[in-house]
Amino acid sequence: MPSNKPRTIIEKVWDNHIVAQREGAPAVLFIDLHLVHEVTSPQAFSGLRERGVKVRRPDLTFATVDHSTPTTPRNLPIVDQVAAAQVAQLEKNAQEFGIPYFGFQDRNQGIVHVIGPEQGLTQPGMTVVCGDSHTATHGAFGALAFGIGTSEVEMVLATQCLLQRPSKTFEVNVEGTLKPGVSAKDIILALCAKIGIGGGTGCVFEFTGSAIRSLSMEERMTVCNMSIEAGARAGLIAPDEKTYEYIKGRKFAPQGEAWDKAVAFWKTLLTDEGATYDYSVRIDADTLEPMITFGTNPGMGMAISGNVPDPAAQQDPLERESLRKALQYMNLEAGQPIAGQKIDVVFIGSCTNSRMTDLRAAASVMQGRKVNPGVRMMVVPGSQEIKRQAEAEGLDRVFREAGAEWREAGCSMCIAMNGDQLSPGQYSVSTSNRNFEGRQGKGGRTFLASPLTAAASAVTGVVTDVRSL
Amino acid sequence: MQIHSTVAVLPNDNIDTDQIIPARFLKTISKEGLGDQLFFDWRYNADGSPKADFVLNTPAAKASKVLLAGDNFGCGSSREHAPWALTQYGLQAVLSTSFADIFKQNSLKNRLLPIVMPKEAHTALFAALGENPALAVTIDLPAQTLTWPGGPVVAFPIDAFAKDCLLQGVDEIGYVLKQEAAIAAFEGQRSLSLNTLI
Ligand code: SF4
Repeated sequence: MPSNKPRTIIEKVWDNHIVAQREGAPAVLFIDLHLVHEVTSPQAFSGLRERGVKVRRPDLTFATVDHSTPTTPRNLPIVDQVAAAQVAQLEKNAQEFGIPYFGFQDRNQGIVHVIGPEQGLTQPGMTVVCGDSHTATHGAFGALAFGIGTSEVEMVLATQCLLQRPSKTFEVNVEGTLKPGVSAKDIILALCAKIGIGGGTGCVFEFTGSAIRSLSMEERMTVCNMSIEAGARAGLIAPDEKTYEYIKGRKFAPQGEAWDKAVAFWKTLLTDEGATYDYSVRIDADTLEPMITFGTNPGMGMAISGNVPDPAAQQDPLERESLRKALQYMNLEAGQPIAGQKIDVVFIGSCTNSRMTDLRAAASVMQGRKVNPGVRMMVVPGSQEIKRQAEAEGLDRVFREAGAEWREAGCSMCIAMNGDQLSPGQYSVSTSNRNFEGRQGKGGRTFLASPLTAAASAVTGVVTDVRSL
Repeated sequence: MQIHSTVAVLPNDNIDTDQIIPARFLKTISKEGLGDQLFFDWRYNADGSPKADFVLNTPAAKASKVLLAGDNFGCGSSREHAPWALTQYGLQAVLSTSFADIFKQNSLKNRLLPIVMPKEAHTALFAALGENPALAVTIDLPAQTLTWPGGPVVAFPIDAFAKDCLLQGVDEIGYVLKQEAAIAAFEGQRSLSLNTLI
C-alpha cells in the first residue's frame, strides 16, 4: 500500500480500491461503477437467483440496452424475437434487482460506454467494469476500467468487488502535433499496428504526451476505447482541466462543495515524478498519417498511402499463414495500394467514434457533397442525447442531404447483432473497432478508419485519404 | 486433474472470440446450446451443412479434449460464451503461446485450462502432431506439466489461486461473498470519501 515510492496513476487507483489482499490470492478490488447491458448479463442475473443473492450496490450499477437493439425509428417494435426477449429480460432483471435502467424508449438510452461519461457517471480515480471489452473507454477520465466476463459480472453484482491481480504498467507516449486530416483514431490504430494485437497483454496503458493532452475528452475516449485492440486490460489518461470541465454539471457529477473536494482529490492521482513503467513505447504525432486496416485484426493496419504487405516477406511461418489467410478473406492482393480499393458501405458509429466530435468531422466532409451512388452510408449516433444534439446543430440534415442514413442510437453494425450488417463479400470503411472476420456481418470485409477517412471514402466510393478530396 | 487426450489442431494466430462464437449467437439468455455454434462460420457451409475439411468436424477432433492453436488465442470481445462453447463442444484445455487476458480469466472460471507454452515447445508439438496426428498429450494440473511421447516435459504457468480453485472446486463468488466484513468496512470508510457516486 502507499509508501514513498513514486507511483503511476494506474498504481494509485489500484491501491485506493484494495478491500482485502490475502497472501498468494488476487486482491479483492472494490468497484465504483458497474455498467450492465443486455448481452453479457442475463446468465449473471440467473446466477444471483440460483444463489439467492441480491445486487449488493444497485446504486453503483446502471443498465442500458445497446448491442442487440434496432436503430430503426423507436416507435417500431423490436422485430427479432430473440433480441426482443433479451431486452425484455434486462428490463425485468433491472426491475427485480432495483437497478437504474435506461431502456429502449428512454431518452438517455445509448451505447453503454457513451452514456456513462455523458451522464457524469464516469469520474477520475474510479474503478469501472462492464461485461464488455471496450470498457477501457472510461479510462479517458483517469478511471481504471476493465472489461469482464459474465462470471465476473455476477461476482460484481453480488459483492461489488472483483478478484484481480495487478497488471503491468505500460506508458504510451505520444508527442507532437497531429497534421490536418489525422485524428485520435489514427493514434490508436498506429499503436495497434506498432505493437500488435497482443502487444499489451497483461498491461494497463497510460497514454501520455503533448499530443494526448491536446485531445478533447471525446477524442481521448476514442484512444482509450481501443486499448483492448492492442491486447491491454485497460488504458487511461490522467485527468486535467479538460476532464473537470467535461464532467462539471453533468447529472451524476459531484455538486457544490463536494465538487471542489473531488477536483482536489482527482489532482492527487497524477503519476508521480520519477515513477517508472514496466514497458513503454513512443509514437510520433508529427509524422502520423491517416491509418487504415487492411486485414482481419486491428493490428493489421498501415498508413492510408501504403501498400498491402506481402505474406512472403514474413519470417514466422504462422504469421505468414495468418497474413495469407487475412488477405484471402479480404480478397486483396499483396502489394496493391489500399487507397482506391472499391467499397460498398460506410459505417459511422460505435463506442469508438459516435460522439459529437466524430459526427461533426464526418459532416464537415459531407457538407455540399453526395454519397457515391455505389455506397450505403449509415450514421449511427452513440446515444439519444447525441442524436438530439446533432439534430439541433443540423448535422442530420447534412448527412441526409448527402444521401446517408441517419439512425437511432446503438451498437449497430459495429457488432451486427441487430440486423444492421454487411452482406457476404461487401467491403466497408467503418469507424468502429474490430475488423475480425464476419464481425460486421458474415462474410463482410471491414476497413477500420477515422470518421474523416470514412466520410471521404463514402463520397468517392473507394478508400480515400481525406486530404486528397 | 489430469487430461490425457489426442489433440485437435487449429494453426491460426490471433483466433478471436468473434470466430469462436459469432455475435449473432449471443442473443441467448442461457449458457446452453453453444457447442454446435462453436466456430460456426469456419465450420459450416452457407446451407448449414458441416465443412468436411474443417478440423472440428472430423471424428478425431470430436474425440479430443485438447485444442492446439497459434499465438494469442481468444483476443477480442469479453464474451464468456467463448469458453462456454469450447467446453460444450468437449474441450478441457487450449494450448497456445499466449492468451488474451479476459479470455484466460473466463476460461479458468469454466474449467477450461488455458495452457501457455514456450514458443519452442509449441513449435515442437506442432511438428510432432504433423508426423503423428494421433499423438496424445498428458496435462497434469497439480504438477503443471504438459508431456507427450518423445517430447520434452513442458512446465506451464498457472495462477496459483485459480489452480487451487480448480483443484478444490472453490467457488470464487462464494469466496468473495465470505469477505463481507472487509467489504462493509471498506464501504464505510469510503462513504466518507469523495469518490463514490452516492
Ligand atoms: S459499439 Fe461495438 S464495441 Fe462498442 S459496446 Fe457496442 S458492440 Fe461493443
